[in-house]
Amino acid sequence: MGLRAFLDKIKPAFEKGGKFEKLHSTFDAFETFLYVPDTVTENGSHIRDAVDMKRNMIFVMIALMPCFFFGIFNVGYQHFLSSGENVTFWHTVGYGLMKVIPMYLVSYIVGLAIEFIFAEVRHEQVNEGYFVTGFLIPLIMPPDIPLWMLAIAVAFAVIIGKEVFGGTGMNIVNPALLARAFLFFSYPSKMSGDDIWIADKPDAYSGATPLGELLNGSNVMESLNISDMFFGFMPGSVGETSKLAILTGGMFLILTQVISLRILLSVFAGAIIMSLTFNLIGSTPAMEVTFWQHFLIGGFLFGAFFMATDPVTAAQTNTGKIIYGFLVGAIAIMIRVINQAYPEGMMLSILLMNFFAPFIDYVVVNNNIRKRKRRLAKTERRSS
Amino acid sequence: MTNNKNIQILLRPISEANPVTVLILGICSALAVTAKLKPAFVMAVSVTVVTALSNLIISLLRKGIPPKIRIIVQLVIVASLVILVDQVLKAFVYDVSKQLSVFVGLIITNCIVMGRLEAFAMANGPWESFLDGIGNGLGYGLILIIVAFFRELLGSGTLWGYQIIPQKLYDIGYMNNGLMILPPMALIIVGIIIWVKKTSVK
Repeated sequence: MGLRAFLDKIKPAFEKGGKFEKLHSTFDAFETFLYVPDTVTENGSHIRDAVDMKRNMIFVMIALMPCFFFGIFNVGYQHFLSSGENVTFWHTVGYGLMKVIPMYLVSYIVGLAIEFIFAEVRHEQVNEGYFVTGFLIPLIMPPDIPLWMLAIAVAFAVIIGKEVFGGTGMNIVNPALLARAFLFFSYPSKMSGDDIWIADKPDAYSGATPLGELLNGSNVMESLNISDMFFGFMPGSVGETSKLAILTGGMFLILTQVISLRILLSVFAGAIIMSLTFNLIGSTPAMEVTFWQHFLIGGFLFGAFFMATDPVTAAQTNTGKIIYGFLVGAIAIMIRVINQAYPEGMMLSILLMNFFAPFIDYVVVNNNIRKRKRRLAKTERRSS
Repeated sequence: MTNNKNIQILLRPISEANPVTVLILGICSALAVTAKLKPAFVMAVSVTVVTALSNLIISLLRKGIPPKIRIIVQLVIVASLVILVDQVLKAFVYDVSKQLSVFVGLIITNCIVMGRLEAFAMANGPWESFLDGIGNGLGYGLILIIVAFFRELLGSGTLWGYQIIPQKLYDIGYMNNGLMILPPMALIIVGIIIWVKKTSVK
């Protein structure tokens, strides 16, 4: 019996009045996942376009693939580097897979379970929004995070970050970043840069992350060469060490116009201006860090490409996007340099600006209305 | 004395007209004192006493208070009661009083107290006002204790200062949730209580 026929056979049980009426959303999710739905809209005119939410999401997933694969390799690479063992490439990848795959399982099982439950209770369709969030979450976690912590963080992010506000597309903050922020404040000893982020590290090998060290003034630039930082052979969160992988994925997103170039460029502009200002003051070692060092270290690039440009939580108006992006970049550098207790300023600044994005849009729209009114008044005066 | 209407006055503020979850009053102290169960309980009792007694006194005086200066009169009475409560706490539960610090004094500015005086005691008899004060204090206290229960259990692994989460769990890698100790989590828990309440009452 074919799959389609099987679905058609069991479908009536999930319809209203059927035996599994309560599981209608679950059935619907799997059916639309397997087949393109055959329902058509009944009223109003609609523009048909291939760019729908599903395709946008899949493009982001494709763009994340370089980070994902390099992350798997780097987790193993850093582990064997610190333990001093000399192993083959496939050993390294195997170790990385052993660490990263459980994180993905936890992320998707917990997150999707919550999404399905909420969809059932609310009698809504299950959205594909979680696929990208669930893919992002393990990429921004340290590889030695205990899985139960990850599960709590995912649950918190999906419920408090998303479902409270009404699900996919209604969220105020980026759920993936919220998961990380939750862990950052809940279990600081596991998340802050004081402990090196290498899976199962031997105890003798310790030290801060490059970002933590850099801001403390030790000369990390000498111990880590620039190419290592660019290609990502350094400890850090799973997916955000390799700048090359991020740029590759980012280029793809720019070419397919999934992310807004306006936001991206203004994030960089904000960061460059802010760090140049700090360079001019230069009274502490952290202030002397140049902007390209900021870009190479920590999650700045990853945040700029994949988090700040999230179409739901960023500002929507064109001017608003520029203001939003600029502030994200500037505040990220400001937090990094001035508040050393929070080394990962990018996460905090994006979350902060997420809250301000609706306000920025409001101001921009109102400003535009006022400008047009004034112009109208002027032309009326002239004509009369 | 205890007819149906008065029972309603007493019970309504505990659930359906709860000052914290429905009127969103008294949030500030709910965030500040709920990291541990014990201070939260003491705070709940203090607010209940102050609300009940100030409601009673204002209700007795309500016909003699000139409307123009009623806020001042209310403040004087609330402030005197708060000073009494503060002294009692310092005398009998000094350590908790130290933990509560400024928040005992801030009961004066707790919107629940002034709100009940303005909305209820100025227009109702002493016995009803007293019951209303007790009810609102209990409603406030209930939320405080629910929030403090979760915050202390998950944030410190203890309840009322006694360790609840077994040491074995810590040995296999469990950790206390640091965010629970921070005030934002109290706000989130209050939010969740409101959310659960609104969806279940509907």
